[in-house]
Amino acid sequence: MTTVEPSPGLAQPHRLAWQEARVEAIHAETPEVKSFVLRPQSWSGFTAGQHVDIRLTAPDGYQAQRSYSIASAPDDSGTIELAIEALPDGEVSPFFHDVVEVGDTIELRGPIGGHFIWNAPLGGPLLLVGGGSGLVPLMSILRHRASVAPEVPATLVYSARRYDDLIFRDELFRRRDADAHFRLEVALTREQARDGLHFGRIDAALMARAIGTETPKLTYICGSNPFVEAAASLALAAGLPFGSIRTERYGG
Amino acid sequence: MATRGFFGKRPTEIEADRLPPGQYLTEDFPVLSAGPTPHVDLDKWSFTLKDGVRPVAKWSWDEFAKLPHVKLTRDIHCVTKWSKFNTAWSGVMIDDILAEAGIEAPTGFTLAHSFDGYTTNVPTADLVGGKAMIATSYEGKPITADHGGPARLLVPHLYFWKSAKWINALQFTARDEAGFWELRGYHMYGDPWREQRFTGD
Repeated sequence: MTTVEPSPGLAQPHRLAWQEARVEAIHAETPEVKSFVLRPQSWSGFTAGQHVDIRLTAPDGYQAQRSYSIASAPDDSGTIELAIEALPDGEVSPFFHDVVEVGDTIELRGPIGGHFIWNAPLGGPLLLVGGGSGLVPLMSILRHRASVAPEVPATLVYSARRYDDLIFRDELFRRRDADAHFRLEVALTREQARDGLHFGRIDAALMARAIGTETPKLTYICGSNPFVEAAASLALAAGLPFGSIRTERYGG
Repeated sequence: MATRGFFGKRPTEIEADRLPPGQYLTEDFPVLSAGPTPHVDLDKWSFTLKDGVRPVAKWSWDEFAKLPHVKLTRDIHCVTKWSKFNTAWSGVMIDDILAEAGIEAPTGFTLAHSFDGYTTNVPTADLVGGKAMIATSYEGKPITADHGGPARLLVPHLYFWKSAKWINALQFTARDEAGFWELRGYHMYGDPWREQRFTGD
């Protein structure tokens, strides 16, 4: 098996300090996902695919922390967008969905993560495979690619339960229609196919179509562990090199 | 700073005593890895002890199975914030591996190597003295591939990224050499009770 190559320039030599971030906007993306635009007090940028740690503090000092991937592309806005799925038994995600309002202050630190990341020097073609909220870091990569390296071929394979569960759906379809180098394959697992969307789980045929004729240089797979296991197995079975596949598994 | 409107689902007092700061308790066993799951055939498996570049001892799967196996039940803590209590492992203590090799640990630093190219550094003192093992079974069954089987390092008192999955070598090094995640900003030691998640923590 091959060694996974380190990514360039991502050591984090400085202490990651906690800071306050103001909630500037909240959008409902799907029935279970809301996106939150946050403005940290001090922010010096990030790399597409990274995440932040969020820390909530109760009046008696009890704290809860979670990690959330950044959905926005690195830009000069000074803001980051998180897309957070409400988990029924969760402690932090229901708080975001039910309590957080524009103008609130949330503690965070970051950016974090030096492997499941993409920047233009890494090149392409790119194969991005996301299940459910696993789309979020892939969205950051897609948005970044569109602004800095639109000539890099990219294919997104996105599996969700239903059409209405597709996060950033309108933007994804808009990008597909406008960008000759971006292909979108959508698999809906609990709803019959409609225009050009695949019904069922991602399978070998869909993976082969997504890979196409130009072997991806890098493949990014993100979602629940069973989803990542299945998708990575399909990618390996399709002949993609072990060391070209990066995974991020949700559900911790 | 208290967060407006947050009260939390805090653990019970007994749980809180065993839960390092910033962690929450899970009954699941989440999986994390940087790439696809390697599936290592037992007839191709081997485990090597190295002093620098020099191999000191090497075991095949059958040879390793003959080493003394012991059970270890411990709480484990992942840097991604989940903790799991009472995980039950069986495997070969690092002390016994050194004894079988007929050596004392030659340096204070160890780098664990895995079949997928992953590496992580652990001070040698944190591997010996009954603190760590090469685990081959979990809850009485062979460790599944996604959890690091056939064999993984188990250093339960450090964050779980130090417990390298799919281990194939322990290398004693002259200096403390950063491994895969340590090169990417994770802490060189990783004590959950001191919340040593990232460089500088």
